[in-house]
Amino acid sequence: MQDKVDVLIIGSGASGAAVAWSLAETKMRILCLEQGDWMKQSDYPTNGKDYEARLFSDYATSPNIRRRPSDYPINDDNSPIKVVNFNAVGGSTVMYTAHYPRLHPSDFRVRSLDGVADDWPVDYATLEPFFAENDRMTGVSGLAGDPAYPAHQPPMPPLPLGRSGAKIAQTMNQLGWHWWPSDSAIATTEYDGRAPCINLGHCTPACAQGAKASTDITYWPHAIRAGVELRTNCRVREIVAGADGMATGAVYYDADGVEQFQPAEVVVLACNGVGTPRLLLNSTSGRFPNGLANSSGLVGKNLMFHPWASIYGYVDEAMDGHRGSSLCLWSQEFYETDLSRGFVRGFNLQFNRTIGIGTEAVTGEAAGVLPWGEAHHDAFRGLVGHRMSVGVCTEDLPEEHNRVTLDPVLKDAHGIPAPRVDYTISENTNRMLDFAVERGREILAAAGARQVNVVRPVMYSGWHLLGTARMGTDPERSVVNAWGRSHDVKNLFIVDGSIFVTSGGVNPTCTIQALALYIADSIKQRLAVLFD
Amino acid sequence: MTEPTLTPTELDDLRWLAGMIVPPSTKYGVPGADDAAIFADIANSIGRDGAMVSAALATLRRLAGGPAAILDAARGLEVAKLLRAEGGAALAVLTRIVLLCYYRDDRVMGSLGLEPRAPFPKGHVIEQGDWSLLDPVRARKPFWRPVP
Repeated sequence: MQDKVDVLIIGSGASGAAVAWSLAETKMRILCLEQGDWMKQSDYPTNGKDYEARLFSDYATSPNIRRRPSDYPINDDNSPIKVVNFNAVGGSTVMYTAHYPRLHPSDFRVRSLDGVADDWPVDYATLEPFFAENDRMTGVSGLAGDPAYPAHQPPMPPLPLGRSGAKIAQTMNQLGWHWWPSDSAIATTEYDGRAPCINLGHCTPACAQGAKASTDITYWPHAIRAGVELRTNCRVREIVAGADGMATGAVYYDADGVEQFQPAEVVVLACNGVGTPRLLLNSTSGRFPNGLANSSGLVGKNLMFHPWASIYGYVDEAMDGHRGSSLCLWSQEFYETDLSRGFVRGFNLQFNRTIGIGTEAVTGEAAGVLPWGEAHHDAFRGLVGHRMSVGVCTEDLPEEHNRVTLDPVLKDAHGIPAPRVDYTISENTNRMLDFAVERGREILAAAGARQVNVVRPVMYSGWHLLGTARMGTDPERSVVNAWGRSHDVKNLFIVDGSIFVTSGGVNPTCTIQALALYIADSIKQRLAVLFD
Repeated sequence: MTEPTLTPTELDDLRWLAGMIVPPSTKYGVPGADDAAIFADIANSIGRDGAMVSAALATLRRLAGGPAAILDAARGLEVAKLLRAEGGAALAVLTRIVLLCYYRDDRVMGSLGLEPRAPFPKGHVIEQGDWSLLDPVRARKPFWRPVP
């Protein structure tokens, strides 16, 4: 048995890193178990000319394709959207696009405003100082003054507009629709030891420059200097509960595959919306036969993804092509509810400017706009460097039939039951996608784009894993309380995307981390009465 | 990348097919995807996709009624057209490997006006752009939805 720690954090990604750093000031003994290893920037794809091909092998977004030793399989056959993630120190912040919008104030009050789903037990104003603290720790670039958001000041200037941004801006101005430079977790100046972005492109599968904020290079160096221990290549099998119903620690397999028990006073789960319910459902006992913290029966239920669409075409003007960050602008024009559109809630538009030349050829061939044979060369020269692309990120409302359970057959390399995802896109979201795709077509038409293509839903877009251990004030309708503590197990906290009550219509990482900092602060404020 | 697992016949057909997908171009002065260096890259890049590539080549062989690499030009075009219609997911994998290897060849990149190099460490230059384009958006009143 290992020495007992005060706080055991499981998962070192977006939320685990933030909570570790925040709690470090308490001088408690804090340990984080991470199933993956440290990554090396010198191994990242853009170091080599084969960088695009690695997106289909060791840097594939799907763990089922990537199959690194740190990955676990996910049965997502019964879902039109496949789960994508990354397992290493930094978690999926190693492999994300660093698009970094906050949820809007209305996202926390959807029941009050629109009569759907549930209100959150926290609100934007409560989280605002933690958003700001997270922006500072992460190093966010952006521009103050966006009329779509309450005022906030990103610490670094925005990513450049470039050719693509200018074309998009002109088009959106022509339509009279909102656009703004995205808040991005990408350094545009020297920042906290990180080098600024040099426009490598291909941001999602890890940044060789280190400009993209993954928590292995943001929070973790600070947390480790403050005394937090991070133990890698350790896969947790289950959380153990004692006769008193309190968590006593976790069973895990160490780097040599040897089973270990790590005792702890407090356990913090930070494995996100698939990993966290998987672990809770695998943590059964006589007292908790349906899994830990699951008296509500809601562990694993209400999975939300953000169903995605991509609308793209080709304009005559030269665009940024393979150069620059993947995303540079957003539009919140259609974010808030307008029932005349035929659906409730809304979506944000994201303008993707970067695509590698090989990927341009692959997608063009698949879409039927790039022929085989002699005509290939002329056609390709009309496509490459001319793509204009609109991404749609729709709000996904919670539905209990969308869920994570344990697969009865599939297991990971340690024999631990793997997660199974059952998911369907709701009628409301389908109507939202209909509307959004038409707006995307309208944008491309206004830009004079040709050969317009629609991908809907984007299959490998299940980055945003939300809602499967929701927060709330009612123990019968939620898994954790308003500050992340399990209703059932008083020394068990959840700090990741699984506690989202609703999904909002924007990328969630920024809000996940603000929530983690808020929960860490709540723990610090209540240390003397934490288990009452 | 791992060693190719295809048989010599499969490799012959794959090379033939690569040349059908992207033939050489005198207009642009570029080799085809069946060029020796490019094809060596393709063959060495199959790796974990070997089963899918083999499946696509089996379909090709069925449609050709035997080895495709020995077909005459007219029949070859006919078979390639059939394959593109029937190849499915396996052909998509094969085509992806061919195209990704082709477009990282130094000669091909050069013909497109690109430096034949990895993105890192040199990176690229993106112009800052005209931020006055934001003026009409700045002029809008805040429109985020107030909450009770």
